[in-house]
Amino acid sequence: MSAPLLSLREIRKSFGDNEVLKGVSLDVTAGEVVSIIGASGSGKSTFLRSINALEMPQSGFMDFEDMSFDFRPESRFFPSQTQLQALRARVGMVFQSYNLWPHMTVLENVVHAPVKLLKIPRAQAIEEAEALLARIGLFEKRHSYPGRLSGGQQQRVAIIRALAMKPRLMLFDEVTSALDPELVHEVLVLMASLAADGMTMLLVTHEIAFARDVSSRVVFFDKGVMAETGSPDILRHPESDRLRQFLHRILHDELPRSGESDSKGLTQ
Amino acid sequence: MNGFLEDLQTYGPGFWDAALTVFGLTILTIVVSWICGLLAALGQRSKWRAVRATSAFYIWFIRGTPLLIQVFIIYFGLPQIGIRLSPFTAGVLALGINSGAYIAEIIRSGLSAIPKGQAESALALGFSPGETMRSIILPQVVRIILPSLTNEAISTLKNTSLLSAITVVELTLYAQTLIAMTFRPFDFYIAVALIYLALTTVLTQLASWLERHYKMQS
Repeated sequence: MSAPLLSLREIRKSFGDNEVLKGVSLDVTAGEVVSIIGASGSGKSTFLRSINALEMPQSGFMDFEDMSFDFRPESRFFPSQTQLQALRARVGMVFQSYNLWPHMTVLENVVHAPVKLLKIPRAQAIEEAEALLARIGLFEKRHSYPGRLSGGQQQRVAIIRALAMKPRLMLFDEVTSALDPELVHEVLVLMASLAADGMTMLLVTHEIAFARDVSSRVVFFDKGVMAETGSPDILRHPESDRLRQFLHRILHDELPRSGESDSKGLTQ
Repeated sequence: MNGFLEDLQTYGPGFWDAALTVFGLTILTIVVSWICGLLAALGQRSKWRAVRATSAFYIWFIRGTPLLIQVFIIYFGLPQIGIRLSPFTAGVLALGINSGAYIAEIIRSGLSAIPKGQAESALALGFSPGETMRSIILPQVVRIILPSLTNEAISTLKNTSLLSAITVVELTLYAQTLIAMTFRPFDFYIAVALIYLALTTVLTQLASWLERHYKMQS
């Protein structure tokens, strides 16, 4: 097995007295698609956001490509502002609320970072952005402002905006949770095609079917720890009670086979 | 009617010069106030406590004391510690520093209206906090606060009349000089009021054009 692209060790984070991440470790190999599931408040979003240090962990270690960080504040390897920016330039992130910039057109949203940060010539950046937009069928919208687009279109542009930086890793933080149900599909289709292209992806999601069909690995978070991890098969055959109960809560009575009698009781 | 034309011929050029002075005072004051306002607004969010405290003190002091006293402190007070300014310069500084405190509050409210995700998405792409502020946050803030900035600019324009108290020959002082010679306060104060009205109307039109211009883009 090749060396992992991303390696996290003992990541810890508290907000006040509330310890949200209680020492989480995870290795991600290039090309893997890892789905992170768990109840709200389980720490899964905080974990994802600590990978690009939007949420700075209080301790823990991280290796990503040639970078090594030690998140203890007094450490020599605590990331500097420059290192943080270099890390974030290589790690794309997509948010629940799209966060397109409303004062820029779709095209400007996509080329802003590559032009300013990667110093790609504007004409070339526009060409690349237009090719990406064409791929998702939004070429015609390139001169529109985000406010004119549907939620699904905005979210797909947000994915393209991150891809324009040619990231080595993509983070998706509940990207379909704010969408109307009929718009979820187009976003998932785009994400599935990225996965098929070999993009390394970490996603926090409530889309269990998507996690089952697209991911190479599933991680279940519960109360700040990684309670279960394995192939997408664990979504059909969970080992731990906690995962079984969680799946039952969100899938109602579709699951599972073993503890049928007592799980019936939970939903009533 | 003949009397009016005659007056226009006699006093018109003087009023014109005074109006130009008001115009110049206003433009320069707006520049000073935006600089002070932006610095104070960003200062309030600084990670250094001393910078935050200085900004807070500035806003607290300016908003809590009369403008006329601030003008007097700068024009009459500063020479006592060796800083001697022309009436025009002292006036621009006093009005600009004053208006800056209000602009800081306007910018602060604009900043708080921008969702946190706007900055997060820029930071997540690798932008520095400074560049995020410059190219993502401030352009949006400007669109939001344009109407309030217009109001503040109009206040500034009208406040220039206070500078008659420190011998800046703007409209008010010019009219007072004429009144002392002609004993026609009604005529000349009405004239001054109308000129201010014309100036503020131009300013309002300019601002609403700007607002329309930026609306189209969002």
